[in-house]
Amino acid sequence: MTNLFEVQETNKMIQESNLDVRTITMGISLLDCCDKDVDVVCENIYRKITTKAKDLVRVGEEIELEYGIPIVNKRISVTPIALIGGCCCETPEDYVKIAKALDRAAHTVGINFLGGYSALVSKGMTPADKLLIDSIPQALAETELVCSSVNVGSTKTGIDMDAVKLLGETVKKTAELTKDNDSLGCAKLVIFCNAPDDNPFMAGAFHGVTEGDVVINVGVSGPGVVKRAIEAVRGQDFGVLCETIKKTAFKVTRVGQLVAQEASRRLNVPFGIIDLSLAPTPAVGDSVAEILQEIGLERVGAPGTTAALALLNDQVKKGGIMASSYVGGLSGAFIPVSEDQGMIDSVLDSALTLEKLEAMTCVCSVGLDMIAIPGETKASTISGIIADEMAIGMINQKTTAVRLIPVYGKEVGDTAEFGGLLGYAPIMKVNEFSCEDFINRGGRIPAPVHSFKN
Amino acid sequence: MKKTIITVIGKDRVGIIATVCTYLAEHNINILDIDQSIIQGYFHMMMIVDANGADKEFAALVTDLEEIGRNLGVQIKMQHEDIFNIMHRI
Repeated sequence: MTNLFEVQETNKMIQESNLDVRTITMGISLLDCCDKDVDVVCENIYRKITTKAKDLVRVGEEIELEYGIPIVNKRISVTPIALIGGCCCETPEDYVKIAKALDRAAHTVGINFLGGYSALVSKGMTPADKLLIDSIPQALAETELVCSSVNVGSTKTGIDMDAVKLLGETVKKTAELTKDNDSLGCAKLVIFCNAPDDNPFMAGAFHGVTEGDVVINVGVSGPGVVKRAIEAVRGQDFGVLCETIKKTAFKVTRVGQLVAQEASRRLNVPFGIIDLSLAPTPAVGDSVAEILQEIGLERVGAPGTTAALALLNDQVKKGGIMASSYVGGLSGAFIPVSEDQGMIDSVLDSALTLEKLEAMTCVCSVGLDMIAIPGETKASTISGIIADEMAIGMINQKTTAVRLIPVYGKEVGDTAEFGGLLGYAPIMKVNEFSCEDFINRGGRIPAPVHSFKN
Repeated sequence: MKKTIITVIGKDRVGIIATVCTYLAEHNINILDIDQSIIQGYFHMMMIVDANGADKEFAALVTDLEEIGRNLGVQIKMQHEDIFNIMHRI
């Protein structure tokens, strides 16, 4: 029988440690929206999204009220649009039309973000993929809620370096077209290696082609809860620390499981996965950096940071896997800079550099995330950073991603303001030595061997 | 039967239980169990209730109780029991 102690523990997690369900994301397949006429495709897409997701926000709010757990975002992911537009788009502007239809649908159903303005080009680009990538800067500048991602590599296929080169230029152009908002467009563009088909988190969510027609995926968060729990075991050994993180991750994931089941039942849509990710927000106490510091680091970036993050990421997964049979997506610890006050402080104190962040991405759940760099950074340098991050993912059989913001007109020492959950970020120094000849080679980096691992 | 948990937390004063119980009775909500304690002058109460026969929607009950809590200077939450069971029971 429920007792007072347990009730108080749960409610304290919610009220004092910012436990929340970060997102209910409805994945919707748009494969049945294809037509030869782009306007018909736009109409089909708008109709399908506004029909399938018409109750998403209402149901999310009902669950929030009845269980007393905040559900911060309601989102939609769709089939990678490069596949949908392939039959009707002849110019980048045709793709932008589809982006606008997605944005209209997102506004109509009242969601926070819509992901899936995407292309999967890990081995090569079709003309349609290339048109979509060319359209990304304009699409992100002229829509509000649409998010874009491109998968440029995988462990099985290698890395498409032509796409990497093109995306360095795409990131720069997106920064320029959204310069009035500190290049905010780049915060809505993620470049992936080994992108999962069922990730509910933005900006990288899309509804993979292996998924069903409609599905509910739930992303749970709770860095504050983990931080509070490990405060109680300060100074104790790693066995105790790991056990504490694991138990906390278990409890948090169970809440996600409940919300996912309820949302699935009420919307009459199959449940897909729970993504248990420690996703920070700029709010004090909702920070992954603070967890790392509580583990024993003076600042994130100090020696020991990668090991601390590795154990955190692993214990979070272990607790989550016990709590739900369908854990998927990215599941682990996110280390965005602008969305985490502790990370921002570490950058400002010169404790954390881009190179250390790159090392940390080898053991975190995603990659170089929400990092503001000087607006003058060359496209080829951005491509070089992308290539490095993709190589880490390819070799280590993990998802890696890059979300860099070359903030137009700003340099090291300045700050970029994105607002809301996206936060603010100090501009970080980038190694200025050239990698232009490397990026200009063109072609593909072959897939790695899958044995002889050391 | 789906049970509901009502929690009241705040500074102790006369009439907290009376006010909450009166409201529950008026809306046909049956109290199954009450557990309460005073910790350092702060009142903590948890009720397990059956709200299946209530004459109002769950959302309206949540809002009403929040309002009653504000008038009493305490915080009142009403939640389905599942969230506690799923977190604390395997």
